[in-house]
Amino acid sequence: MGSESDNLIEIRDLDYTRGHKQIFKGLNISIARGKVTAVMGPSGTGKTTLLRLITRQLVPDRGCVLVDGVDISSLKEKELFALRKRFGMLFQNGALLTDLSVFENVAFPLREHTKLPNRLIRHIVLTKLHAVGLRGAADMRPSELSGGMARRVALARAMVMDPEILIYDEPFVGLDPISMGVIVRLVRRMNDALGISSIIVSHDVQEVSTVADISYLISDGKVAASGSPEELNQTSSELVRQFMHGMADGPVAFHYSAPNYAEQLLGRDAE
Amino acid sequence: MFRELYYTFLDFLRTFGALQLFFLQLLRHTPTVFVRRFRLVVHQVYNAGALSLVIIMVCGLFVGGVLGLQGYSNLARFNAEDSVGTFAAFSLLKELGPVITALLFAGRAGTSLASEIGLMRATDQLSAMEMMAINPVRRVLVPRFLGGVISMPLLTAVFSMVGLFGAHIVGVNMLGVDAGAFWQQIQNTLTLDDVYEGIIKSFVFGVAASLFAVWEGYNAIPTAAGVGRATTRTVVITAITVLILDFMITAVAL
Repeated sequence: MGSESDNLIEIRDLDYTRGHKQIFKGLNISIARGKVTAVMGPSGTGKTTLLRLITRQLVPDRGCVLVDGVDISSLKEKELFALRKRFGMLFQNGALLTDLSVFENVAFPLREHTKLPNRLIRHIVLTKLHAVGLRGAADMRPSELSGGMARRVALARAMVMDPEILIYDEPFVGLDPISMGVIVRLVRRMNDALGISSIIVSHDVQEVSTVADISYLISDGKVAASGSPEELNQTSSELVRQFMHGMADGPVAFHYSAPNYAEQLLGRDAE
Repeated sequence: MFRELYYTFLDFLRTFGALQLFFLQLLRHTPTVFVRRFRLVVHQVYNAGALSLVIIMVCGLFVGGVLGLQGYSNLARFNAEDSVGTFAAFSLLKELGPVITALLFAGRAGTSLASEIGLMRATDQLSAMEMMAINPVRRVLVPRFLGGVISMPLLTAVFSMVGLFGAHIVGVNMLGVDAGAFWQQIQNTLTLDDVYEGIIKSFVFGVAASLFAVWEGYNAIPTAAGVGRATTRTVVITAITVLILDFMITAVAL
Protein backbone atom coordinates (compact mmCIF):
# COMPACT_ATOMS: atom_id res chain seq x y z
CA MET A 1 0.00 0.00 0.00
CA GLY A 2 1.20 3.47 -0.82
CA SER A 3 0.87 6.62 1.22
CA GLU A 4 -2.48 8.31 1.87
CA SER A 5 -2.30 10.66 -1.11
CA ASP A 6 -1.98 7.71 -3.49
CA ASN A 7 -5.46 6.67 -2.49
CA LEU A 8 -8.24 8.41 -4.34
CA ILE A 9 -11.01 6.85 -2.30
CA GLU A 10 -10.82 5.61 1.28
CA ILE A 11 -13.59 3.68 2.95
CA ARG A 12 -13.11 3.64 6.71
CA ASP A 13 -14.91 1.57 9.33
CA LEU A 14 -18.09 1.58 7.35
CA ASP A 15 -21.32 0.05 8.71
CA TYR A 16 -24.46 -0.23 6.67
CA THR A 17 -27.73 -1.95 7.51
CA ARG A 18 -30.68 -2.51 5.22
CA GLY A 19 -33.86 -3.54 6.98
CA HIS A 20 -32.74 -6.07 9.58
CA LYS A 21 -29.75 -7.25 7.62
CA GLN A 22 -26.36 -5.80 8.40
CA ILE A 23 -24.59 -5.65 5.05
CA PHE A 24 -21.26 -4.09 6.08
CA LYS A 25 -19.60 -4.05 9.48
CA GLY A 26 -16.33 -2.21 9.82
CA LEU A 27 -15.46 -2.27 6.11
CA ASN A 28 -12.08 -0.76 5.14
CA ILE A 29 -11.09 -0.37 1.48
CA SER A 30 -8.62 1.90 -0.30
CA ILE A 31 -8.95 2.67 -4.00
CA ALA A 32 -5.58 3.59 -5.43
CA ARG A 33 -5.19 6.43 -7.90
CA GLY A 34 -4.62 5.31 -11.50
CA LYS A 35 -5.16 1.63 -10.76
CA VAL A 36 -7.88 -0.86 -11.57
CA THR A 37 -9.36 -2.01 -8.27
CA ALA A 38 -11.75 -4.94 -8.21
CA VAL A 39 -14.27 -5.68 -5.51
CA MET A 40 -15.34 -9.30 -5.60
CA GLY A 41 -17.59 -11.40 -3.47
CA PRO A 42 -20.35 -13.97 -3.58
CA SER A 43 -23.83 -12.83 -4.66
CA GLY A 44 -25.67 -10.91 -2.00
CA THR A 45 -22.60 -9.54 -0.23
CA GLY A 46 -23.61 -5.99 -1.07
CA LYS A 47 -21.24 -5.21 -3.91
CA THR A 48 -23.69 -2.92 -5.70
CA THR A 49 -24.60 -1.37 -2.34
CA LEU A 50 -20.94 -0.54 -1.86
CA LEU A 51 -20.87 1.34 -5.16
CA ARG A 52 -23.94 3.28 -4.12
CA LEU A 53 -22.25 4.16 -0.85
CA ILE A 54 -19.12 5.35 -2.67
CA THR A 55 -21.24 7.66 -4.84
CA ARG A 56 -23.50 8.69 -1.93
CA GLN A 57 -26.67 7.38 -3.43
CA LEU A 58 -26.80 5.73 -0.01
CA VAL A 59 -25.50 7.06 3.31
CA PRO A 60 -23.63 4.75 5.73
CA ASP A 61 -24.85 4.22 9.31
CA ARG A 62 -21.33 4.66 10.64
CA GLY A 63 -17.87 5.31 9.24
CA CYS A 64 -17.07 7.40 6.21
CA VAL A 65 -16.17 7.47 2.54
CA LEU A 66 -13.36 9.88 1.70
CA VAL A 67 -12.80 11.03 -1.86
CA ASP A 68 -9.55 12.98 -2.17
CA GLY A 69 -9.58 13.24 1.61
CA VAL A 70 -13.06 14.82 1.76
CA ASP A 71 -15.84 13.04 3.64
CA ILE A 72 -18.62 12.86 1.03
CA SER A 73 -21.40 12.68 3.61
CA SER A 74 -20.57 16.29 4.56
CA LEU A 75 -21.10 17.61 1.01
CA LYS A 76 -24.05 19.80 0.09
CA GLU A 77 -26.12 18.91 -2.97
CA LYS A 78 -24.21 21.25 -5.26
CA GLU A 79 -20.84 19.98 -4.09
CA LEU A 80 -22.04 16.40 -4.39
CA PHE A 81 -23.13 16.97 -7.98
CA ALA A 82 -19.77 18.63 -8.71
CA LEU A 83 -18.07 15.54 -7.30
CA ARG A 84 -20.28 13.20 -9.32
CA LYS A 85 -19.18 14.93 -12.51
CA ARG A 86 -15.77 13.39 -11.80
CA PHE A 87 -17.37 9.92 -11.72
CA GLY A 88 -18.54 7.81 -14.61
CA MET A 89 -20.67 4.84 -13.73
CA LEU A 90 -21.64 1.80 -15.75
CA PHE A 91 -24.82 0.24 -14.38
CA GLN A 92 -25.47 -3.48 -14.39
CA ASN A 93 -28.30 -3.21 -16.93
CA GLY A 94 -26.95 -0.16 -18.76
CA ALA A 95 -29.70 2.16 -17.47
CA LEU A 96 -30.02 3.88 -20.84
CA LEU A 97 -32.75 6.48 -21.07
CA THR A 98 -35.45 4.73 -23.06
CA ASP A 99 -36.97 7.86 -24.58
CA LEU A 100 -33.71 8.89 -26.28
CA SER A 101 -31.77 7.34 -29.17
CA VAL A 102 -28.35 5.77 -28.65
CA PHE A 103 -26.68 8.94 -29.92
CA GLU A 104 -28.72 11.19 -27.64
CA ASN A 105 -28.07 8.91 -24.69
CA VAL A 106 -24.33 9.34 -25.09
CA ALA A 107 -24.74 13.05 -25.80
CA PHE A 108 -27.01 13.51 -22.76
CA PRO A 109 -24.38 14.48 -20.14
CA LEU A 110 -22.71 16.85 -22.64
CA ARG A 111 -25.98 18.58 -23.45
CA GLU A 112 -26.86 18.89 -19.76
CA HIS A 113 -23.52 20.09 -18.47
CA THR A 114 -21.83 21.92 -21.31
CA LYS A 115 -22.67 24.53 -23.91
CA LEU A 116 -20.63 22.87 -26.64
CA PRO A 117 -21.78 23.45 -30.22
CA ASN A 118 -23.70 20.61 -31.84
CA ARG A 119 -20.88 19.81 -34.26
CA LEU A 120 -18.44 19.24 -31.44
CA ILE A 121 -20.94 17.15 -29.46
CA ARG A 122 -21.48 15.01 -32.57
CA HIS A 123 -17.76 14.59 -32.94
CA ILE A 124 -17.24 13.54 -29.32
CA VAL A 125 -20.23 11.18 -29.25
CA LEU A 126 -19.19 9.45 -32.48
CA THR A 127 -15.65 9.03 -31.15
CA LYS A 128 -16.91 7.40 -27.96
CA LEU A 129 -19.38 5.19 -29.84
CA HIS A 130 -16.59 4.18 -32.21
CA ALA A 131 -14.45 3.16 -29.23
CA VAL A 132 -17.11 0.67 -28.13
CA GLY A 133 -17.75 -0.44 -31.72
CA LEU A 134 -21.29 0.92 -31.98
CA ARG A 135 -20.94 3.99 -34.18
CA GLY A 136 -23.28 2.25 -36.62
CA ALA A 137 -26.00 1.94 -33.97
CA ALA A 138 -26.15 5.68 -33.25
CA ASP A 139 -29.69 6.07 -34.56
CA MET A 140 -31.13 2.99 -32.87
CA ARG A 141 -33.41 3.10 -29.84
CA PRO A 142 -32.29 1.42 -26.59
CA SER A 143 -35.17 -1.08 -26.94
CA GLU A 144 -33.61 -2.34 -30.19
CA LEU A 145 -30.27 -3.19 -28.57
CA SER A 146 -29.18 -6.51 -27.12
CA GLY A 147 -28.06 -6.57 -23.48
CA GLY A 148 -24.39 -6.53 -24.43
CA MET A 149 -24.84 -3.66 -26.88
CA ALA A 150 -26.76 -1.63 -24.28
CA ARG A 151 -23.88 -2.14 -21.84
CA ARG A 152 -21.40 -0.89 -24.43
CA VAL A 153 -23.51 2.19 -25.17
CA ALA A 154 -23.73 2.81 -21.42
CA LEU A 155 -19.95 2.55 -21.25
CA ALA A 156 -19.63 5.14 -24.02
CA ARG A 157 -21.97 7.38 -22.04
CA ALA A 158 -20.05 6.83 -18.80
CA MET A 159 -16.82 8.02 -20.42
CA VAL A 160 -18.20 10.85 -22.53
CA MET A 161 -17.43 13.48 -19.88
CA ASP A 162 -13.86 12.12 -19.52
CA PRO A 163 -14.27 11.19 -15.83
CA GLU A 164 -11.42 10.68 -13.39
CA ILE A 165 -13.02 7.65 -11.82
CA LEU A 166 -14.91 4.97 -13.74
CA ILE A 167 -17.11 2.62 -11.77
CA TYR A 168 -18.27 -0.62 -13.33
CA ASP A 169 -21.10 -2.60 -11.80
CA GLU A 170 -20.87 -6.21 -13.03
CA PRO A 171 -19.55 -5.19 -16.46
CA PHE A 172 -18.97 -8.74 -17.70
CA VAL A 173 -22.34 -10.33 -16.98
CA GLY A 174 -24.20 -11.58 -20.04
CA LEU A 175 -21.61 -10.57 -22.63
CA ASP A 176 -20.60 -12.82 -25.49
CA PRO A 177 -16.88 -13.76 -25.54
CA ILE A 178 -16.03 -11.19 -28.20
CA SER A 179 -17.73 -8.28 -26.45
CA MET A 180 -16.25 -9.46 -23.19
CA GLY A 181 -12.72 -9.36 -24.64
CA VAL A 182 -13.39 -5.90 -26.07
CA ILE A 183 -14.68 -4.56 -22.76
CA VAL A 184 -11.81 -6.08 -20.77
CA ARG A 185 -9.26 -4.49 -23.10
CA LEU A 186 -11.18 -1.23 -23.09
CA VAL A 187 -11.22 -1.03 -19.30
CA ARG A 188 -7.48 -1.59 -19.13
CA ARG A 189 -6.63 0.71 -22.04
CA MET A 190 -8.75 3.60 -20.78
CA ASN A 191 -7.31 3.25 -17.34
CA ASP A 192 -3.73 3.38 -18.58
CA ALA A 193 -4.05 5.80 -21.50
CA LEU A 194 -6.26 8.38 -19.82
CA GLY A 195 -4.96 7.99 -16.28
CA ILE A 196 -8.40 7.07 -14.98
CA SER A 197 -8.91 5.16 -11.76
CA SER A 198 -11.30 2.26 -12.14
CA ILE A 199 -13.42 0.33 -9.70
CA ILE A 200 -14.91 -2.94 -10.89
CA VAL A 201 -17.50 -4.83 -8.95
CA SER A 202 -17.83 -8.34 -10.26
CA HIS A 203 -17.89 -12.01 -9.47
CA ASP A 204 -16.31 -13.07 -12.76
CA VAL A 205 -13.00 -14.21 -11.31
CA GLN A 206 -11.27 -14.98 -14.59
CA GLU A 207 -11.99 -11.66 -16.29
CA VAL A 208 -11.28 -9.63 -13.19
CA SER A 209 -7.97 -11.41 -12.75
CA THR A 210 -6.84 -10.35 -16.22
CA VAL A 211 -7.66 -6.70 -15.71
CA ALA A 212 -7.39 -5.79 -12.01
CA ASP A 213 -4.29 -4.47 -10.24
CA ILE A 214 -5.72 -5.00 -6.78
CA SER A 215 -8.66 -7.14 -5.76
CA TYR A 216 -10.70 -7.06 -2.58
CA LEU A 217 -12.75 -10.07 -1.64
CA ILE A 218 -15.72 -9.21 0.54
CA SER A 219 -17.50 -11.69 2.71
CA ASP A 220 -19.68 -11.26 5.78
CA GLY A 221 -19.61 -7.48 5.52
CA LYS A 222 -15.82 -7.26 5.76
CA VAL A 223 -12.78 -7.56 3.55
CA ALA A 224 -11.86 -11.24 3.69
CA ALA A 225 -8.73 -10.87 1.56
CA SER A 226 -6.99 -8.36 -0.65
CA GLY A 227 -4.04 -8.22 -3.01
CA SER A 228 -3.11 -8.73 -6.63
CA PRO A 229 -4.92 -11.56 -8.47
CA GLU A 230 -1.76 -13.72 -8.22
CA GLU A 231 -1.55 -13.20 -4.48
CA LEU A 232 -5.20 -14.13 -4.06
CA ASN A 233 -4.69 -17.23 -6.21
CA GLN A 234 -1.87 -18.42 -4.04
CA THR A 235 -3.44 -17.66 -0.69
CA SER A 236 -4.07 -20.41 1.81
CA SER A 237 -7.41 -19.01 3.05
CA GLU A 238 -10.17 -21.53 2.41
CA LEU A 239 -12.73 -18.88 1.67
CA VAL A 240 -10.56 -17.22 -0.95
CA ARG A 241 -9.76 -20.56 -2.55
CA GLN A 242 -13.39 -21.55 -2.62
CA PHE A 243 -14.34 -18.30 -4.34
CA MET A 244 -11.40 -18.11 -6.75
CA HIS A 245 -11.84 -21.71 -7.88
CA GLY A 246 -15.63 -21.82 -7.75
CA MET A 247 -15.96 -24.74 -5.35
CA ALA A 248 -19.38 -25.67 -3.96
CA ASP A 249 -18.04 -26.74 -0.56
CA GLY A 250 -16.30 -24.35 1.74
CA PRO A 251 -16.89 -21.60 4.24
CA VAL A 252 -19.53 -20.00 2.01
CA ALA A 253 -22.57 -22.26 2.17
CA PHE A 254 -24.37 -22.98 -1.09
CA HIS A 255 -27.69 -23.35 0.74
CA TYR A 256 -29.44 -20.37 2.24
CA SER A 257 -30.18 -21.12 5.91
CA ALA A 258 -33.24 -23.38 6.09
CA PRO A 259 -34.86 -25.87 8.46
CA ASN A 260 -33.85 -29.53 8.31
CA TYR A 261 -34.58 -30.90 4.82
CA ALA A 262 -36.08 -34.24 5.89
CA GLU A 263 -38.19 -32.65 8.62
CA GLN A 264 -39.52 -30.08 6.18
CA LEU A 265 -40.39 -32.71 3.56
CA LEU A 266 -42.27 -34.67 6.21
CA GLY A 267 -44.11 -31.50 7.16
CA ARG A 268 -42.85 -31.54 10.74
CA ASP A 269 -41.42 -28.03 10.61
CA ALA A 270 -44.92 -26.56 10.57
CA GLU A 271 -45.95 -28.27 13.78
CA MET B 1 -56.35 -3.51 17.18
CA PHE B 2 -55.92 0.03 18.52
CA ARG B 3 -52.23 -0.41 18.10
CA GLU B 4 -52.71 -1.31 14.45
CA LEU B 5 -55.01 1.64 13.91
CA TYR B 6 -52.49 3.89 15.58
CA TYR B 7 -49.71 2.68 13.30
CA THR B 8 -51.88 2.99 10.20
CA PHE B 9 -52.74 6.54 11.19
CA LEU B 10 -49.09 7.31 11.88
CA ASP B 11 -48.17 5.85 8.50
CA PHE B 12 -50.80 8.00 6.80
CA LEU B 13 -49.48 11.13 8.50
CA ARG B 14 -45.94 10.28 7.49
CA THR B 15 -46.93 9.73 3.84
CA PHE B 16 -49.00 12.89 3.85
CA GLY B 17 -46.06 14.88 5.21
CA ALA B 18 -43.70 13.36 2.68
CA LEU B 19 -46.17 14.19 -0.12
CA GLN B 20 -46.24 17.83 0.97
CA LEU B 21 -42.45 18.03 1.03
CA PHE B 22 -42.39 16.41 -2.40
CA PHE B 23 -44.88 18.99 -3.66
CA LEU B 24 -42.75 21.83 -2.27
CA GLN B 25 -39.71 20.32 -3.96
CA LEU B 26 -41.55 20.29 -7.29
CA LEU B 27 -42.60 23.92 -6.79
CA ARG B 28 -39.08 24.94 -5.86
CA HIS B 29 -37.73 23.72 -9.20
CA THR B 30 -40.67 24.97 -11.25
CA PRO B 31 -39.31 28.46 -12.13
CA THR B 32 -35.95 27.06 -13.29
CA VAL B 33 -37.60 24.38 -15.39
CA PHE B 34 -39.95 26.93 -16.94
CA VAL B 35 -37.11 29.21 -17.94
CA ARG B 36 -34.36 26.76 -18.85
CA ARG B 37 -36.20 23.63 -19.93
CA PHE B 38 -39.35 24.95 -21.50
CA ARG B 39 -38.96 22.52 -24.38
CA LEU B 40 -39.33 19.58 -22.02
CA VAL B 41 -42.53 21.10 -20.60
CA VAL B 42 -43.94 21.58 -24.09
CA HIS B 43 -43.13 17.96 -24.88
CA GLN B 44 -45.03 16.83 -21.78
CA VAL B 45 -48.01 19.06 -22.59
CA TYR B 46 -48.09 17.20 -25.88
CA ASN B 47 -47.83 13.81 -24.12
CA ALA B 48 -50.38 14.46 -21.40
CA GLY B 49 -52.61 16.93 -23.24
CA ALA B 50 -52.57 16.51 -27.00
CA LEU B 51 -52.52 12.72 -26.83
CA SER B 52 -55.56 12.76 -24.50
CA LEU B 53 -57.59 14.92 -26.90
CA VAL B 54 -59.38 12.12 -28.73
CA ILE B 55 -60.67 10.39 -25.60
CA ILE B 56 -61.66 13.76 -24.07
CA MET B 57 -63.54 14.84 -27.19
CA VAL B 58 -65.38 11.54 -27.69
CA CYS B 59 -66.41 11.42 -24.02
CA GLY B 60 -67.37 15.11 -24.03
CA LEU B 61 -69.59 14.63 -27.06
CA PHE B 62 -71.53 11.78 -25.49
CA VAL B 63 -71.78 13.35 -22.03
CA GLY B 64 -73.18 16.46 -23.71
CA GLY B 65 -75.59 14.29 -25.70
CA VAL B 66 -76.84 12.61 -22.51
CA LEU B 67 -77.29 16.01 -20.86
CA GLY B 68 -79.35 17.09 -23.88
CA LEU B 69 -81.58 14.00 -23.64
CA GLN B 70 -82.03 14.08 -19.86
CA GLY B 71 -82.41 17.84 -19.74
CA TYR B 72 -85.00 17.83 -22.48
CA SER B 73 -87.13 15.00 -21.03
CA ASN B 74 -87.15 16.54 -17.53
CA LEU B 75 -87.56 20.18 -18.52
CA ALA B 76 -90.33 19.33 -20.98
CA ARG B 77 -92.53 18.45 -18.00
CA PHE B 78 -92.44 22.09 -16.99
CA ASN B 79 -92.61 23.36 -20.54
CA ALA B 80 -89.08 24.65 -20.09
CA GLU B 81 -87.32 22.64 -22.78
CA ASP B 82 -85.78 25.86 -24.16
CA SER B 83 -83.59 25.87 -21.04
CA VAL B 84 -81.83 22.66 -22.05
CA GLY B 85 -78.85 24.76 -23.23
CA THR B 86 -78.54 26.45 -19.83
CA PHE B 87 -78.88 23.12 -18.08
CA ALA B 88 -76.12 21.57 -20.18
CA ALA B 89 -73.86 24.63 -19.98
CA PHE B 90 -74.08 24.89 -16.18
CA SER B 91 -73.55 21.17 -15.68
CA LEU B 92 -70.60 21.05 -18.05
CA LEU B 93 -68.77 24.24 -17.13
CA LYS B 94 -69.13 23.97 -13.36
CA GLU B 95 -69.15 20.25 -12.62
CA LEU B 96 -68.96 17.58 -15.26
CA GLY B 97 -66.30 19.26 -17.41
CA PRO B 98 -63.64 19.56 -14.71
CA VAL B 99 -64.53 16.32 -12.87
CA ILE B 100 -64.87 13.95 -15.81
CA THR B 101 -61.83 15.45 -17.54
CA ALA B 102 -59.81 14.89 -14.34
CA LEU B 103 -61.00 11.28 -14.08
CA LEU B 104 -60.24 10.62 -17.74
CA PHE B 105 -56.88 12.35 -17.34
CA ALA B 106 -56.04 10.08 -14.40
CA GLY B 107 -56.89 7.04 -16.50
CA ARG B 108 -55.11 8.10 -19.67
CA ALA B 109 -52.21 10.41 -18.75
CA GLY B 110 -51.83 9.75 -15.00
CA THR B 111 -51.29 6.03 -15.43
CA SER B 112 -48.84 6.58 -18.25
CA LEU B 113 -46.86 9.08 -16.15
CA ALA B 114 -46.79 6.84 -13.08
CA SER B 115 -45.77 3.72 -14.96
CA GLU B 116 -43.16 5.57 -17.03
CA ILE B 117 -41.50 7.08 -13.97
CA GLY B 118 -41.84 3.81 -12.04
CA LEU B 119 -40.12 1.90 -14.83
CA MET B 120 -37.40 4.54 -15.03
CA ARG B 121 -36.71 3.86 -11.38
CA ALA B 122 -36.88 0.08 -11.83
CA THR B 123 -34.37 0.20 -14.69
CA ASP B 124 -31.98 2.51 -12.79
CA GLN B 125 -32.51 5.41 -15.20
CA LEU B 126 -33.15 7.81 -12.33
CA SER B 127 -30.04 6.59 -10.46
CA ALA B 128 -28.05 6.94 -13.67
CA MET B 129 -29.15 10.57 -13.94
CA GLU B 130 -28.15 11.24 -10.34
CA MET B 131 -24.79 9.71 -11.11
CA MET B 132 -24.43 11.99 -14.13
CA ALA B 133 -24.98 14.90 -11.70
CA ILE B 134 -28.39 15.60 -13.19
CA ASN B 135 -31.25 16.09 -10.77
CA PRO B 136 -34.07 13.75 -11.85
CA VAL B 137 -36.60 15.96 -10.06
CA ARG B 138 -35.71 18.77 -12.43
CA ARG B 139 -35.20 16.70 -15.57
CA VAL B 140 -37.99 14.13 -15.24
CA LEU B 141 -40.54 15.00 -12.56
CA VAL B 142 -41.12 18.76 -12.82
CA PRO B 143 -41.65 18.83 -16.63
CA ARG B 144 -44.18 16.00 -16.34
CA PHE B 145 -45.93 17.65 -13.42
CA LEU B 146 -46.15 21.00 -15.22
CA GLY B 147 -47.27 19.29 -18.42
CA GLY B 148 -50.24 17.86 -16.51
CA VAL B 149 -51.05 21.11 -14.71
CA ILE B 150 -51.07 23.07 -17.99
CA SER B 151 -52.98 20.41 -19.92
CA MET B 152 -55.87 19.95 -17.52
CA PRO B 153 -57.62 23.35 -17.89
CA LEU B 154 -57.12 23.18 -21.67
CA LEU B 155 -58.59 19.68 -21.85
CA THR B 156 -61.47 20.76 -19.61
CA ALA B 157 -62.23 23.66 -21.94
CA VAL B 158 -62.25 21.30 -24.92
CA PHE B 159 -64.43 18.81 -23.03
CA SER B 160 -67.01 21.46 -22.09
CA MET B 161 -67.04 22.94 -25.58
CA VAL B 162 -67.52 19.59 -27.30
CA GLY B 163 -70.09 18.65 -24.64
CA LEU B 164 -72.12 21.75 -25.37
CA PHE B 165 -71.90 20.90 -29.03
CA GLY B 166 -73.24 17.39 -28.20
CA ALA B 167 -76.11 18.90 -26.22
CA HIS B 168 -76.83 21.17 -29.17
CA ILE B 169 -76.93 18.26 -31.61
CA VAL B 170 -79.38 16.35 -29.40
CA GLY B 171 -81.45 19.29 -28.15
CA VAL B 172 -81.64 21.45 -31.26
CA ASN B 173 -81.00 19.16 -34.22
CA MET B 174 -82.75 16.03 -32.95
CA LEU B 175 -85.40 17.17 -30.46
CA GLY B 176 -86.32 20.45 -32.09
CA VAL B 177 -85.44 23.04 -29.45
CA ASP B 178 -85.08 26.46 -31.03
CA ALA B 179 -81.41 27.25 -31.64
CA GLY B 180 -81.86 30.92 -30.80
CA ALA B 181 -83.51 30.09 -27.47
CA PHE B 182 -80.83 27.51 -26.74
CA TRP B 183 -77.99 30.05 -26.97
CA GLN B 184 -79.99 33.04 -25.71
CA GLN B 185 -80.81 31.32 -22.42
CA ILE B 186 -77.16 30.41 -21.88
CA GLN B 187 -76.11 33.97 -22.58
CA ASN B 188 -78.70 35.38 -20.18
CA THR B 189 -78.00 33.12 -17.21
CA LEU B 190 -74.38 32.11 -17.36
CA THR B 191 -72.00 34.57 -15.68
CA LEU B 192 -68.26 34.87 -15.86
CA ASP B 193 -68.07 33.65 -12.23
CA ASP B 194 -69.50 30.30 -13.31
CA VAL B 195 -66.78 30.00 -15.92
CA TYR B 196 -64.13 30.97 -13.36
CA GLU B 197 -65.36 28.28 -11.00
CA GLY B 198 -64.81 25.65 -13.67
CA ILE B 199 -61.36 27.00 -14.49
CA ILE B 200 -60.31 27.05 -10.84
CA LYS B 201 -61.57 23.51 -10.37
CA SER B 202 -59.77 22.20 -13.42
CA PHE B 203 -56.53 23.87 -12.31
CA VAL B 204 -56.76 22.39 -8.80
CA PHE B 205 -57.61 18.96 -10.22
CA GLY B 206 -54.69 19.30 -12.63
CA VAL B 207 -52.30 19.92 -9.75
CA ALA B 208 -53.73 17.01 -7.73
CA ALA B 209 -53.82 14.50 -10.61
CA SER B 210 -50.30 15.32 -11.83
CA LEU B 211 -48.89 15.37 -8.30
CA PHE B 212 -50.27 11.92 -7.48
CA ALA B 213 -49.13 10.44 -10.79
CA VAL B 214 -45.58 11.75 -10.39
CA TRP B 215 -45.44 10.87 -6.68
CA GLU B 216 -46.70 7.33 -7.13
CA GLY B 217 -44.32 6.69 -10.03
CA TYR B 218 -41.33 8.14 -8.18
CA ASN B 219 -42.04 6.12 -5.05
CA ALA B 220 -42.99 2.90 -6.82
CA ILE B 221 -41.33 -0.27 -5.58
CA PRO B 222 -38.91 -1.03 -8.45
CA THR B 223 -40.48 -4.32 -9.55
CA ALA B 224 -43.14 -5.26 -12.10
CA ALA B 225 -45.72 -5.70 -9.33
CA GLY B 226 -44.66 -2.45 -7.65
CA VAL B 227 -45.06 -0.40 -10.82
CA GLY B 228 -48.44 -2.04 -11.46
CA ARG B 229 -49.60 -1.16 -7.97
CA ALA B 230 -48.38 2.43 -8.32
CA THR B 231 -50.36 2.78 -11.56
CA THR B 232 -53.55 1.50 -9.96
CA ARG B 233 -53.11 3.68 -6.88
CA THR B 234 -52.67 6.73 -9.10
CA VAL B 235 -56.13 6.26 -10.59
CA VAL B 236 -57.83 5.40 -7.29
CA ILE B 237 -56.29 8.20 -5.23
CA THR B 238 -56.82 10.79 -7.97
CA ALA B 239 -60.48 9.82 -8.39
CA ILE B 240 -61.21 10.01 -4.67
CA THR B 241 -59.30 13.26 -4.18
CA VAL B 242 -60.88 14.94 -7.19
CA LEU B 243 -64.40 14.16 -5.97
CA ILE B 244 -63.63 15.37 -2.43
CA LEU B 245 -61.97 18.55 -3.73
CA ASP B 246 -64.91 19.12 -6.07
CA PHE B 247 -67.30 19.06 -3.11
CA MET B 248 -65.09 21.42 -1.13
CA ILE B 249 -64.65 23.98 -3.92
CA THR B 250 -68.36 23.89 -4.77
CA ALA B 251 -69.25 24.43 -1.11
CA VAL B 252 -66.93 27.44 -0.93
CA ALA B 253 -68.06 28.89 -4.27
CA LEU B 254 -71.81 28.73 -3.57
